[in-house]
This record gives sequence, structure tokens and C-alpha cells, in this order.
Amino acid sequence: MGYLLNTESQQREMLAALGLSSLNELHRDLPESLILRGGPDIPGGAGEQAILESFEEMAAKNTVYPVIFRGAGAYKHYIPAIVPEMVNKERFKTGYTPYQAEVSQGTLQSIFEFQTMICELTGMDISNASMYDAASAAAEAVAMCKDKKRKSALVSQSVNPRVIDTIKTYSWASDAAVDLVPTTGGLTDMDALAQKITDDTASVTIQQPNFFGLFEDVRAIAELVHGRGAKLIVSVNPIAASVLSAPGECGADIVVGEGQPLGIPLSFGGPYVGFIAAKADLSRRIPGRIAGETTDAQGRRAFVLTLQAREQHIRRETASSNICSNQALMAMTASVYMACLGPGGMQEAAKQSYSKAHYLSEQLGKIPGFGLRYDAEFFHEFVTECPVDAAKLMLHLGRNGILGGLPLEGGGVLWCATEMNSRKDMDRLVSLCREVSA
Amino acid sequence: MNFPENLKYSKDHEWVQYTESGSALVGISDFAQSQLGALVFVNLPEVGETVEVGERFCDVESVKAVSDVYSPVTGTVKAVNEDLQDSPETINSDPYGAWIAEIEDITATDELMSASEYEAFCKEV
Amino acid sequence: MKLLFEKSIQGRSGKYLSECDVPMLDLPSGLERETPPGLPELAETDVSRHYSALESRTFGINDGFYPLGSCTMKYNPKINEKVSSLPGFTGLHPLQPVDSVQGMLEALYLADTYLAQITGMDKMTLQPAAGAHGEFAGLLLFKKYHEERGDTARTKVIVPDSAHGTNPATASMCGMSVVKLPSGGDGCIDMEKLRAVVGPDTAGIMLTNPNTLGIFESNILEITKIVHEAGGLCYYDGANLNAIAGVMRPGDMGFDCIHLNLHKTFSTPHGGGGPGSGAVGCKDFLIKYLPGPQINKAGETYRFEASPQSFGNLLAFYGNALTVLRALAFIMAYGKDGLPRMSQHAVLNANYLKHRLSERFRIFNRGLCMHEFVISMEREAKEHGVAAIDMAKSFLDNGMMAPTMYFPLIVKEALMVEPTETEGKETLDNVADIYIRLYDEAMANPEAAKLFPRNTVIGRPDEVEAARNPRVRYK
Repeated sequence: MGYLLNTESQQREMLAALGLSSLNELHRDLPESLILRGGPDIPGGAGEQAILESFEEMAAKNTVYPVIFRGAGAYKHYIPAIVPEMVNKERFKTGYTPYQAEVSQGTLQSIFEFQTMICELTGMDISNASMYDAASAAAEAVAMCKDKKRKSALVSQSVNPRVIDTIKTYSWASDAAVDLVPTTGGLTDMDALAQKITDDTASVTIQQPNFFGLFEDVRAIAELVHGRGAKLIVSVNPIAASVLSAPGECGADIVVGEGQPLGIPLSFGGPYVGFIAAKADLSRRIPGRIAGETTDAQGRRAFVLTLQAREQHIRRETASSNICSNQALMAMTASVYMACLGPGGMQEAAKQSYSKAHYLSEQLGKIPGFGLRYDAEFFHEFVTECPVDAAKLMLHLGRNGILGGLPLEGGGVLWCATEMNSRKDMDRLVSLCREVSA
Repeated sequence: MNFPENLKYSKDHEWVQYTESGSALVGISDFAQSQLGALVFVNLPEVGETVEVGERFCDVESVKAVSDVYSPVTGTVKAVNEDLQDSPETINSDPYGAWIAEIEDITATDELMSASEYEAFCKEV
Repeated sequence: MKLLFEKSIQGRSGKYLSECDVPMLDLPSGLERETPPGLPELAETDVSRHYSALESRTFGINDGFYPLGSCTMKYNPKINEKVSSLPGFTGLHPLQPVDSVQGMLEALYLADTYLAQITGMDKMTLQPAAGAHGEFAGLLLFKKYHEERGDTARTKVIVPDSAHGTNPATASMCGMSVVKLPSGGDGCIDMEKLRAVVGPDTAGIMLTNPNTLGIFESNILEITKIVHEAGGLCYYDGANLNAIAGVMRPGDMGFDCIHLNLHKTFSTPHGGGGPGSGAVGCKDFLIKYLPGPQINKAGETYRFEASPQSFGNLLAFYGNALTVLRALAFIMAYGKDGLPRMSQHAVLNANYLKHRLSERFRIFNRGLCMHEFVISMEREAKEHGVAAIDMAKSFLDNGMMAPTMYFPLIVKEALMVEPTETEGKETLDNVADIYIRLYDEAMANPEAAKLFPRNTVIGRPDEVEAARNPRVRYK
């Protein structure tokens, strides 16, 4: 049955050694009245063949769009064939958190390599082993900045609304105030930001490129934020980060982001992988696991989980975060992806995405009513007006195998293009949009 | 095990040395550091912070443990030993040289022991 | 072993992307980085060999006995991997129209329903990404519940001293203070002490049952009653559910809310530290506060429903959906009759191994244990200098993972052993023989025991150096 090993005769021998006569006796210390006679109210067990059939049936009820122009936090990029091959190796997949360093050097070294890559992308000094996703990473970054003197947080309204929601939840949990900074022209409103920062503001969070795909002026914001004694948190897209000036060079104190574009399938939103990296002065406040390099008694290079006294299993109620399990295997996925593409390949993916998004916006812009909503420069996402009912437009695109841009609350559509979108598909999208608006 | 005569000791294993100005240097005892093992980090208090007798005012970390340090006096933190940020191991090698904080404006003091009383106290622990 | 960065050769690369079929544009001036990020430059062969080498320096469940107490390292069935990697699931964008993801929602809804039935809860959320994230969700339900009732004085969470570190850390993240409840001599909740600490400031209690000593709290109905009568709520930490899954439901014990580690009881792989999934279930009166959109069924259609009273979101999307699919496949494999059998075998294996080891080792649990037991090496450490870590490291030399060390904190020199149900008697006998042999060897020569492990790719690393002078990235 299921995945059990002991045969009936083995069970009998084992029970006899324990002085028991039946398996039921093993739970004899449990309150009799609470025992669930006959098991829980779910269907009976099934064989592997039937299980596969059930899942294939369910999978067939989903629509996998061959062409996707939607991003908004989840991006379709090319995934080299080798990426899942490496990550699905049985030991990587089934091993535990590498607490026993002597038999976990592979996992530990891969974490160390991931940390280094994230530092390289972000221009930061220290990264952890991973977070659940970008949103929870941003929320933990906000918590990291709080101290005895400064407790509240500001978040730009040009940050992905789902990230804002998560920051709000975490802040409500610890009774810390969060206020939003309005946008102007799709960008963080600098005047409003200057007005809203107080002596109690611990952090300001922005996104680069922002939710509308636009480039924020990180340097100017950093100057303003630091001038008022607060810390700057920047949430980045890692593909964009390969071509943009590193946030660390622009003045960010903490950089967070979503690693999904780095070789992770869209997967209906998870598992993804968040990352968080900081300047050295915040290194002790970073939550979660961190791998470090050291040696063994013979002087051999060794990796271990280090700075553990920050963490919940040691610090318990004085720990600043409870995170332990993270998204280790997805972090490894991102590492393999970055190792394969290398700096050149990453930049190629970024520049193609940039170029294609600009081609698309130009072509869409030729249709009356599909003009760009904002003037600012953008990366691989952009907002257009939508002269027709967006739902109707998306339905039409969907019938033609295209997942269109994301209709925004309050009108307009957020489009995305990556290296996966061919010119032919973009031209087809444009002509379908033209059909609907005609 | 070293128990210098010129210091006072608390039950929580902190030592206190009064200065001429009436402030107090506070650190942890040789006994305490030997129990804690190799220290890897000290979370120092902030200058200007007020501390209270018997209350946690900083903590020290070894690889697999974190231990609170309790203040033997009530007062205000006048200075902290910044050197410990970079070399926490000084607490292991020179516990009585490695003061953690200097406390001034002292308004209350724990019941402190002399060196010989503290030595006897440690034997019973 | 060399790092990826040390294997990098300038100018080397693979070819993965197609040529750009639109004009390539330059980024606006002033935004572009001056130098590319310092990522390694490698051919695919280099990458393949690197990760094969790393894999050979990693110990998986496929390699041998993996008895990590409180971690439930059971075999991860391969069908789980197969169903969760069907393109009909992996290719879905999280913001697709709901009518285009009906199969995914059906699977998640089934998982929700089955897990609720197994735990005696009324509704689950699958959003939390890990057990600790689930605990966070659970305590936020408590916080929201008290807040909505204007009962804002309830800021204290009772946590036994045998609890996982995440419990008190979670309470702190929720702005609550922790009341540490010392365990009685038998390792269980001391009822008098519990009665003494509950009151109008009690937000709730967090409990693992069986507890981290592998003992079932037999007073559980009385415990949850005392907390409820004081106006608090009861939280079940599902880390140890493997002992009772299908046999008894936390909901019937009086718990209001529960988190499950799908990567423990429900066999989804640990991945070297994640992704897990921390599904959270609750009773009716808390459903409206659950995080994220809830998946509901109307007729034959599945949909997302947002509750206006939800305390918010804990992630950008809906959780580790593919991980939940794996757990669902696992539940389908065992089913109604199989799940209780699974727990029985987990308990049988633990008791059998405990019985075999008790001829040498001192074991905290008297009588029958649940799915795990705790060895104490306190006497050996004191009298012979053979510490828990020495024993643990000696096992690594013998083709098996060490047990969980130095936990729970209330047992000195603890080794916490959880064999799980996916071991056979012959393996347990072999393990017992090896444990006993190594014990005798260590006691005969404690100095030599300090040098274990000898056969692994490194010996014990210098952790003090790693923490004093952290090197956390390659430069």
C-alpha cells in the first residue's frame, strides 16, 4: 500500500519485539474518543496509473497560451534545456537543509554561488540563500530597516500592487505604519516623497523598472532618502539588472527581487524565488540562511551555514524573522540559468526584451487609441490606453492563442515583451487589436 | 579561572568596575566566557540608551547560541567598546579587559559580590 | 572544489537565444551599467560537470537512511514529480483568466478539501510557502480575530519550552510577546502551570502534538479547553502530523487553526531547503480572515474569491502551487485507508528502532513513542567526553544522515531520531547494529570520536572562523 515497506511478517516480528499484537495498539496513548474510525473522509487510495490519469485530465482543462504578452510580476523567458536537468538531480531535490556540512558541500557551494551572483547583479555586499518570492522579500526588507528610532515605511505606488499588499500585511503584523507615495506620470512623485518622509521613516521602497515598466531615477531618490536619514529598498527585475547600473552603485541599501525570470517556469505563480541583498552595514539584519566559506582542520575549502545566531532556531523570540525553509531549489535553478547564459547571454535576453517591447509599443501605437499612457522611458513593459472594452479584447486574443497584456484597474493595459515574442507574433497581436478596435 | 579582586560581580556573571567619575564599566566574567565558548559577535547597546538592573541590555553570540547580558546597574550608556564589533574574541582571551559598555548616571545597583564570594558562587553553579 | 567563477574563461559561452528579429536598441543613456555583472563565462559542458560534481557532494534521501527528527524525511515518490511537471500546469501564467485555469483550480481545490478533511478543519489556504510562513499566517488569523472583536489586550502567546524556534519567532513577528511554558518532567504540558498563565491577555497557544519529544499530549482536550475558556485560540503546528495523519484530527482535539508542512507529512521534496509549502487550515469562524484569494466551487466551476475581511496577502501570488500538486498526488496514492496505515508504520518504525537502540542509548521517551524519539548523550558527554555531535558525525561516515542534533532544547545532548514509514525492518536492524557499534567504539576511544567524520569530502568545518570573519560571496 502506498510507499510502505514492511511486509506483514516483518510487521508481526516488529510488533512482537514491542510486546504488541496489532498496529492499532501503537496509538493506544491517544484519547480513544478522538480516534478517527475508518480514516478521513477522502477517496480510497489509487495506483500510480490512475493518479497520472487524474492529473492529465485536470491539466487538459487548462489553457497554456503559446504566446504571452503579460508580465506584471511573472515573465516568460527562454529556459535552456540543461536547467531543469541539473536541478532535478535526485540528491539536490531530496536533500535537507545543509546543516550537516560534511555531507552537504554541494548544496552549500551552490548557495554560496547563488549569493555571489545576486551580489554581482545588485551591486550589494551580502545576499542570503533565498526568500519565498519578491513580495515577501520586500516585506522582510522593510522590517530589516526598522530600529528603535525609526519605525514607519514609505512605499511608492509604482511598486507592483501585490508587493505593496504583502508589505502592508507584514507591517500590520508588527504594528508598523506604511504609507504610500503617489506617482506622477507613472513615476514616484519626488515632491510627494520629500513631503512624506519624516524622522520616523525607516525605509522607502521603490521598484526598478517599476510596475508600469518605467525607469525610476534611483540615484535622485537615493539622495533624497539618505538626506533624510532613511534607507532605500529597491525591488529589481534580475534580467533588467544585468544591463542597468547596479542599484548598489545608485545608492540602494537593500535590493530585493523576483528570481522567476531566471529559468523558472510560470507555474501559476509558484514556486518562485525571492532574493534579498544588502550593504555590509546591514549584514547582521538580513533574515534567513546564509552560506559562508571556511576551512576544515586539514585546511580544505569548506562551506557552512553561517551567522546562524541571527536565526529563529537559536534566537527564538528575539529573532527578527521566522524564515527557515526558503526556495533553495529555485535559487539553484536561477544559478544554473545564470551560469549557462553568462553575462553576455543575460544581457542579450535583456536587450532583446527591451528592443521587442519598444517594437511592440510602436506598432500598437499606430492603432488609434492604443497610445502610451506615460512619457517616461520603459524597459520591457509599458502601459497603453485601451479604446475598447479590455475584457472583450483579451477574449479575442485568447481565442487566437494569445495571452494579452494585463488590464489595469482604472483602465489601460500593461503589456510585456521578451525574447520569446517573435516579430511575427507581435505583428499578429497588433492586427488582432486592430480588428477589435475597428 | 581568574577573579580579579578589584571588581564586583553579579549573579548573572557580569563584572563591574567603578571609575573615578562614578560611572561603571561592565563586562562578562571569565567564568561566563568559558561557559559560552568561542564568541563570534557582540550585539552592543546604543550610546544614550537607558539600562536597568537585571534587564537584558545586549547579547553575545557563539556559533550555536545567543546569550543575553544583563545590566548590573541602572543608568545610561555613556560609551560602548566598539573594538568588540571587529574582535569579539577579545572577550574570550581577555574578559576583564574587554569591557562592553560604560554606564553613567547610576541610580541603582544590583547586589554585587566580591571576588571571593563570586568565586564560591561559580563553584556551586 | 572550484567555484563556477573560478572555472570561468573569458569569452566562453553557450548559445541559447535566437537572433533578435527586430532592430536592437540601446538603453537610454545614463541607465546602462558600465561593466557587465561578474557572472561566470562557461560552456554547457562546464555547467553540466560542475553540477554533477556538486551533486556527488550532496546527500539525498536516495542515498540512505535520513532520520532527521521533526523533519519527516520520507521517500519522495517520483509520480509526484511527473504530475507537477505536466506542461498544462507549469505553463500557466498566474494572472490568466480564471476560466483558462479550471484544471489547476480543481487540483488546488481538491488539495484544500482533502487536507481539511484530514486535519478536521473547515477551509485551507495554500498561499504560505513554508511551515514558518504558515505559522505566520496562523497567528495573523488570531491577531485579526481578536482585533475585529476589539479584544486588543490579547497580546501574549503561550509556547512550551520544547517548541520549534519558529513558534516564538513567529509570535514576535506578529507583535506578540511569548509566554514560555516549562514542560513537566514527562516532557508534556504541566496543566497547573498552563492554568496559571492563561488570562485576559492570552491571544492563544501554539502546540505541536505529538510534541518534539515524540510524546502525544494526552491531556489535549483539557489543554484546548483551558485556553478557550480564557478567551484564547489554539494553534496546531503540523510539523509532527506524520504520527497521527488519518488517525486523529487536530480539529477534533480543539484546535482552531493549523499549518501543515507539505514537505514533511505529504512527501514533497525538501530541495535542499525549499520550496516547501505551509498550507494553513482553520475553523469556520476564522475563514473570512484567511490570506489571499480563496478557491471555491460553484456548480462545476472553480473561482477565486476575495474576502473583504482577509488580513491580506503573504506572497505575490497563490503559493507554491506545483508543490501542492505533489502533495495531492501523495494523498491520492494513500487515500482513506492508506493514510492511517502510513502513520501506523511511521510509529511502528520509530518504536522498533527505539527498542533496538535502548540496549545502549538512554532514550528520553519511556513507553511507546510516536513517530520519533530523543536520545540523550548527556551522561556520555559528561563522564566520557562523547558528545551528541560526535555520535552524529560518526553516522555520516557510515552512509547515513545524522539525526537532528541538540534539539529539543529541553533535553541535553539530544539526538532526535525519526525514521519515517519509508524504511523497512531490515534497514532499521542494520542501522541499529551500526549505531551500537559506533557507540561502543566512541566510548572506547572518545578522542578518536572527535575526529569523525573521516570519510566525507571535508572534515568538521571551522564554524567559528566562518562566523567571526564571514566570507559570504566570492570576490
